[in-house]
Amino acid sequence: MAIRRGRGVAAVNYPTGMNLGGDPSQALVHSTPTGNFMVTLSSVDLGQGLKQVMAQICAETIGVPTERVIIDTADTDTGPHCMGTFASRGTHRIGNAIIQAAREARHVMLEVAAEALEVNATDLDTDGEGNIHVKGAPQRSISIFDTALTAHFKLGLSISGRGMFLVPRSYPETETGAMKPSTCYAHACTVADVEVDDETGEVTVTSVKNVFEIGRALNPRMVEQQLVGGSWMGISHALYETTEPYYPSREHGGTDFNEYLTPGPGDLAETETIVLERPATDGPYGAKGPGEMAANPQIPAIANAIFDAVGVRVDTLPITPERILRALKQQRAAH
Amino acid sequence: MPKVPVQFALNGEEKAEFVESGTSLLTLLRDKIGDTSPKGGCHQGTCGACSVIIDGELKLSCLVLAETCGNASVQTTGGLAADGVLHPLQRAFLDHFAAQCGFCTPGMIMAAKALLDRNPDPTREDVVEAISGNICRCTGYEPIIQAVMAAAQGNSQRVA
Repeated sequence: MAIRRGRGVAAVNYPTGMNLGGDPSQALVHSTPTGNFMVTLSSVDLGQGLKQVMAQICAETIGVPTERVIIDTADTDTGPHCMGTFASRGTHRIGNAIIQAAREARHVMLEVAAEALEVNATDLDTDGEGNIHVKGAPQRSISIFDTALTAHFKLGLSISGRGMFLVPRSYPETETGAMKPSTCYAHACTVADVEVDDETGEVTVTSVKNVFEIGRALNPRMVEQQLVGGSWMGISHALYETTEPYYPSREHGGTDFNEYLTPGPGDLAETETIVLERPATDGPYGAKGPGEMAANPQIPAIANAIFDAVGVRVDTLPITPERILRALKQQRAAH
Repeated sequence: MPKVPVQFALNGEEKAEFVESGTSLLTLLRDKIGDTSPKGGCHQGTCGACSVIIDGELKLSCLVLAETCGNASVQTTGGLAADGVLHPLQRAFLDHFAAQCGFCTPGMIMAAKALLDRNPDPTREDVVEAISGNICRCTGYEPIIQAVMAAAQGNSQRVA
């Protein structure tokens, strides 16, 4: 009876979003009289930072500071159509819809400014700080605030745009069964080190090293936050959390935090997380969807590490001490 | 249910309320007084989201009867910012991206404050111990630990 050490590796090829019947998201952008821009969505920010990143995408496309963009996630009764926030699709699908809407709004905005400055719209550019100027002649400029006022009060125009992003439904080819369920894949690899007590079946994850390839990190600190939190969650799914034993029936299931286990701050593995950026050709400014993938590769990596440590394959999650001990007992009986 | 009078200080402000006997401090704070900074996560003392400081001690407000708080001094995260300036712990949580959905954050901050009030120069182990009664779904705890350590370092710099 001893503490046995093992190391496991796993890699993940992770599709951005799902595609069961086509996967659309739409966005509407309009300027308020103050020259701020309002983005109306039906998508939800559940803490992952959708509002911040969508504001960045809109601001970058129109050419205004991020603080000038307001994201209204509204609701599905009043907002444009969105399939929702799931399957790591938010940044990619909604971001692309916002780019299209923001381009249209920018086009109208420059037309209005051109009218005010008596030049061609194609000669105009934004400075990213709230002004529009004639290319090569920055002294000939108009603020976006004044541009909005001109549109609203003089020209009777709405500076607005409509955006739509649709991943069309993909059907399998009848001959081969091949299909294209996703247009954009993120990638991850985890190396996990564990200690397994072969007497108690207890597993301690001593270290996880993660590499995530996520397209482009539109907000690097928030990406890091998601990946670090997700990595811990992956460990938790591998070893602790479950809705078992009779999911989806709640009979005998954990009903509170005394029965539903999640590791606390004292159970953290030493974690290293590296981000690789390879911009996606169809992603908004190159972004892919790494959200859920953050918690995926740790699970097979830990299962492999346990196999490396004590030679048993546990293929039911979570890998509890009981399951390890049963597998060890079977292993001994077989010899 | 008979109503019981209770008078106490909430973040330095005198409160006088009548509560039904058996009402938790969490319910009084949130539903009657309107301080929604303590969160009701499990209502059975296992998640820490409702943590407040009562007379200098960290308590789970879901397990404290409001009627036992007579003459007590209750502190919540809602009272930490002074004149629009964030408390150093709040600042550190922001700077270190220590919140995602934010539901655990007020409880985490109160647990961390109780620690720093009695130990301004904690080790990492002290911080882990101090927040070990608080569950976080999103962050993996590391950014929270980093934020509390940074706030503590700020403390020691101010003393120095």
